[in-house]
Amino acid sequence: MKDITSYTDLRAIYTDTLIDLGKSDERILVMEADLMSASGTKPFKEANPTRLINCGVAEANMVGVASGLSSQGFIPFVNTFGCFATRRAYDQFFLSANYARQNVKLVGTDPGVTATYNGGTHMPFCDAALTRVIPDLVVVEPGDGYSLHHLLKAVYEHKGSVYMRLQRKGNPIVHSKDTKFELGKGIVVQDGSDVTLIATGALMLSQAIEAAKELAKENIKAAVIDMHTIKPLDEELTLAYAKKTGAIVTCENAQMIGGLGGAVSEFLSGTAPTIVRRVGVQDLFGEVGQLDYLIDRFELTPEHIVQEAKKAISLK
Amino acid sequence: MDTQELKHLQNKAKEIRQLTIQEIGNLGLGHIGGSLSIVDILTLLYYKMMENIDPLDPRKEGRDKLVLSKGHAGPALYSVLADKGYFPKEWLMTLNQGGTNLPSHCDMNRTPGVDFTTGSLGQGSSAAAGIALAEKFKNSGATTYLIIGDGESQEGQIWEMGMFAAQYKLDNLITFMDYNKLQIDGTTSEVIDLEDIVQKWNGFGWFVQRVDGHDIEVLEEAVLKAKAQSEKPSIIICDTIKAKGFSPAQGLQSSHHMAFSKEVAQKALDDLLAE
Ligand SMILES: Cc1ncc(C[n+]2csc(CCOP(=O)(O)OP(=O)(O)O)c2C)c(N)n1
Ligand SMILES: [Mg+2]
Repeated sequence: MKDITSYTDLRAIYTDTLIDLGKSDERILVMEADLMSASGTKPFKEANPTRLINCGVAEANMVGVASGLSSQGFIPFVNTFGCFATRRAYDQFFLSANYARQNVKLVGTDPGVTATYNGGTHMPFCDAALTRVIPDLVVVEPGDGYSLHHLLKAVYEHKGSVYMRLQRKGNPIVHSKDTKFELGKGIVVQDGSDVTLIATGALMLSQAIEAAKELAKENIKAAVIDMHTIKPLDEELTLAYAKKTGAIVTCENAQMIGGLGGAVSEFLSGTAPTIVRRVGVQDLFGEVGQLDYLIDRFELTPEHIVQEAKKAISLK
Repeated sequence: MDTQELKHLQNKAKEIRQLTIQEIGNLGLGHIGGSLSIVDILTLLYYKMMENIDPLDPRKEGRDKLVLSKGHAGPALYSVLADKGYFPKEWLMTLNQGGTNLPSHCDMNRTPGVDFTTGSLGQGSSAAAGIALAEKFKNSGATTYLIIGDGESQEGQIWEMGMFAAQYKLDNLITFMDYNKLQIDGTTSEVIDLEDIVQKWNGFGWFVQRVDGHDIEVLEEAVLKAKAQSEKPSIIICDTIKAKGFSPAQGLQSSHHMAFSKEVAQKALDDLLAE
């Protein structure tokens, strides 16, 4: 594989990593529902013509077929837009993939506002919340190219179903070659003592880092954590930083109800009640527009994070 | 249809194609292919067949309705609605921009004249069946038109609706399948083949016709025959060309959702007018 920093889009890292894994493991299959061109998995098909299964525009069937393939030992990586991956095939993913204890890796692309021009019908705000309530499911959202590459390997090695939120475009680099990635283990991107910004996903991790810079200008020391695994939540790290900073802001490109903010709040309220402010989509439907417009419209900017951080600190 | 009327409708279709190319061209990218393949169907419906529709009263009781289940073709419908005066033509230049009333996929709560919200393929078909059933309850005599894609027809929901509409004898439901033989990842026959599509719908108990989806005269005859049916829902399988009238990508898979420059748009408009 090429050097991670040389990629312009995360989706290419996704495909190249699968091609790599697929070389030594023929059980790996890629499944698509007429969005191969969007997911960017065509090179996998070129490398393995029979192992990319295009199901046509039929997501529910795709997830059901993936479950059957899994029961026979295959490891299907199933791709479609996050909205359809979850909402459209939820019962199939819930029952055939998870309740039946299968090994289906469902990948929902274009999370949250990154669905931009596809608009409200295509804007997955609720996929994190929907998947987080499925018992034993692992829910991940990589924060950069390195994270995607290494977590995808971990997802492959994990025995059981996974839901991955995958931003297709851009390749922000936050981590380095030497960063260790493990499912269920958050990563401290920078340390701080006044407030902790817990972010998930490429968009919001970058926003949180920006926000921390802004806060630093006002002499507020913010810790930033990449919580790439929303489920299972890294409780140990969350607890440690709740105690250390006494104020938390969660940052997610998703409906704030039931997602990362929900997970952190649920955990802390029963262990170490701490002020948790949540940055995320506030119980709204998506809408169409450019990324910048939507980030602003749904209050996902560094400024909003800064504002919430100050509020959290003031409520300590 | 007399030749004068036919000519008029054909010209109208050309204008709608022009508007749609300008609308998407102004943004620089969009679903040009699937929008242009249904322009002749839309033109026939909105300028000839649909009854009781009123741009000044978009939600008029008892009007005929259209559900564009392949909601990504919204830009073509917006061109028609703007041309008919449901909203100002300037709105077309706001397509997909933040705060617009014209989102990429049809939204009944944002766009005057849009009868149902669509975008998740398959869903519009059931909504249309629900509307048709409601018209039966209301005894309105109104017709519900539905446009589905060929790729879209791979969704199980289309076929669930198919059985439902036959069971409930929705003869007031007239469906067009835009058979442009292309979806995003290839031809429909490469991805998941639909054939024998006529026999499939026949087997579902529908009244099936297959026509040239760009021949307005033939389309009209098919709609009239469909309207004359009693008890059976109708489907008109329309053989079409994706991106019809858009010279840079007519008939190409790449036309599904493509980016193109202002110059390419201008060239396409020139070619269209020269046709
Ligand atoms: C449920 C669902 N799955 C996937 C998509 C993404 N998508 C939009 S258009 C399209 C292809 C549709 O093909 P077709 O119906 O043939 O459209 P047309 O050729 O008329 O543009 C797909 C997969 C969607 N909008 N809804
Ligand atoms: Mg098609």
